[in-house]
Order: sequence, then structure tokens, then C-alpha cells
Amino acid sequence: MQKANTEQAQLVKEISNVDTRKCMKCGKCSASCPSYEEMDIRPHQFVSYVQNNKVNELMESTSLWKCLSCFACVERCPRDVKPARLIEAVRLMVIRQKGQNYLLPDEVPELLDEEVPQQLLASAFRKYSK
Amino acid sequence: MIYSYYPGCTLKNKAKVLDKYARISAQALGFELEEIEEWQCCGAVYPQATDEIATKLASVRVLNSAKGKGQDLVTVCSACHHVIKRVNDDMRQNEDIRTRANNYLQLEEPYTGETQVFHYLELLRDKVGFDTLKEKVKNPLTGRKIGAYYGCMLLRPSSVIQFDDAENPTIIEDFIRALGAEAIIYPYRNECCGGYISLKEKELAGTMVDKIMDSATYKGAEEIITACPLCLYNLKKSGEANKLKVHYFTEILAEALGLKDE
Ligand code: SF4
Ligand code: SF4
Repeated sequence: MQKANTEQAQLVKEISNVDTRKCMKCGKCSASCPSYEEMDIRPHQFVSYVQNNKVNELMESTSLWKCLSCFACVERCPRDVKPARLIEAVRLMVIRQKGQNYLLPDEVPELLDEEVPQQLLASAFRKYSK
Repeated sequence: MIYSYYPGCTLKNKAKVLDKYARISAQALGFELEEIEEWQCCGAVYPQATDEIATKLASVRVLNSAKGKGQDLVTVCSACHHVIKRVNDDMRQNEDIRTRANNYLQLEEPYTGETQVFHYLELLRDKVGFDTLKEKVKNPLTGRKIGAYYGCMLLRPSSVIQFDDAENPTIIEDFIRALGAEAIIYPYRNECCGGYISLKEKELAGTMVDKIMDSATYKGAEEIITACPLCLYNLKKSGEANKLKVHYFTEILAEALGLKDE
């Protein structure tokens, strides 16, 4: 198990402005999540990991790249915890490190077809790169 | 009535029809869309982090331009609406973001969230009125079975977006009925189509699109309408077969108003 890191967890809480103590572990966020099957650490678990200072594992998690920012978890959480914001904060901690961009401009040409809307490129760059 | 208009990047390019029919329908319905000068792309996704300020500034500039003209701001794209409305809420509610954005922009007068933001569909519902819209219809879309696809960005988080009931929205169905068509209500109409994930992971977006399309087909929809260029792209491109026709809501609006050139 990775070492607990209170400093990193504090940073996640600051960037996200989420109070993980409000979570009552009902699992509604994960039940609502359209990316649930794809995630190695599910939204409700994500909240617990931050609460337990296990941020290193989160930084390695595939969930960072599978969260759609659809805000179903935010809308449906009975305690207003906002799990999507935690995922966003950890994702930013990863891409803000040098060389950690998940999408590079060189990769784009082969991903294009003639109907790709500008919105798709703009949003993918915002989510995957600094 | 004149509104400030923010088309956004895609309406100037891949979603030109969304823009074109929004503008000509507005004229026919008695309101005018005045495009903001020198607007910039809103970024297409809302920056959620408390420490991101640069990514919010394009939205603040647009909001402030509308304020300068004393006009409400109208958007048509779901993503633009989502981002700009949420940044506006930050400027109203979050002192830290407000201070930092204003320090950065050095406007003549600080911007503090004064502008009202409307989605075009809200104008149709709240300003024009669906009853009036119905009266203006020249070619009712009688016999067509149309499903509304809301997706996620128009509705959530409802506390900020305040567009409609996030779990059981009705605005697009009411719009469809006003145009004379049958509105098909299906369970997945407010689930995400996969969004930006379709750039790198088409299959994953595909499984989401399949659920949406299967749900709409099962309930009897023959076509789908949306307000979002990325939803339109995903609904058409991802998923197994291209089972249902997908259009922008402004296309069927112009069609019903007798303004669409075939
Ligand atoms: S829905 Fe909210 S309260 Fe329930 S597990 Fe998820 S974050 Fe916690
Ligand atoms: S915002 Fe992310 S974590 Fe939340 S429901 Fe959507 S995909 Fe799942």
C-alpha cells in the first residue's frame, strides 16, 4: 500500500473545495455514473480515498481519464459532496506535472474525421492537457 | 427585443446550421441576436478547480460585453451555455474568483455577475412563449415522432443551470409539441453521450450512445433533436448503427416556421 499523504490530500481538497467528511457512503454517485464500468476507483471510493489521504493511488487511477464531467454524481448526491470535482482536482495534479499531458497535438491528426466538431477538440485539450 | 448573442466556436464552423436557423428563426419570432464582438472560445468544459482563473476569463469578457450593452446574453450551444452560466454564477457567488478575475481583466468597472444568461430554448419558453410559437408555425410537423436529447450540460448541476427539472425535463418536449410533432419521452434522454471522450475512445462513447439510441427507438422515436454539436456528433458517429436521424433543434424550428431551404 502506498504511504498516506496528508499534504496531497489537503491539496485535492483545496483545489476541489470539497468536504469529503460530508460523504455518507451511500454509493448513489457511483450508481449514477455512466463511466462506472470503466473506472478502477469508482466515484464513491474516490471520495473515501481522498478522505483517507490515499492520493498516490488516485493519481495512477484510470478514473481520471474516464470521468465525463457529466455531473450526474453532483446532481444526485444527497449530501452535495461533488465527487466530479475531486476527480478533476486529482486529474489536474497529474497533468500539471511536466510531461504528463494525456493528449498531445501530434496525436490529433489521426483522431480526426471530417465531422469532428471544434467543441470536441477544445474540450479534449482542456481535459487532457495543461 | 435585442439580445447579445454568443455563438461559440463550433457554430462558426461544423455547426453552422445550428447558428443559421437560430438567427433566421429569431427574426421571424420578433427578437434579434446581436453577436458579441471579438468573443473568444469558452473552452467547452467548465473549469471546476478553485485555482483556475485564466480558463474562465473568456466567459467573463463575454458576460461583461453584454453588460456593457445593457443586454441579456443568449447562447444556443449547450456547452457554451453551461460554461458561461456557471462562470457567471462564480462571479456572483465566489468572492475569490470574482476578485482574481477582476484583478486580471482590469475592466473599467468590476464585473460581478450582472448579466442574465439565457439558452435559446429558454427564450422560446419564457419570452416568446410556446403558445405564441405554435401560432407562428406555418408547416406543422404533424405525424413526426421526435425524441428530445438533453444530454448532461443543459441540465446539470440544476442548482446553477436552472434550466429545467434535471431528472424529468419537459422544455424540449413542449417545444416539439408546439411545432406540431409528437414528443417521444424515453429514459436515457438526460444521460451523457460520452462527451469529449469520443476523441480518444470511440468505443466507450459508443456504448453510451447505444443505450440512448436503443432507449429512444424502443419508445418509438423516429428522429432525435439536440442543442449540442458534440452530442450530435456522438449520436451520429458513435454507437453501432446510425439508426435514427439526428438534427439540431433550430433546424426543425426553422422548418416548422417555413424558413428552411431544402
Ligand atoms: S452520492 Fe454523495 S454521499 Fe453518497 S457516496 Fe457519493 S459522494 Fe458520498
Ligand atoms: S461527472 Fe464523472 S464521476 Fe460524476 S457521474 Fe459523470 S462521469 Fe461519473
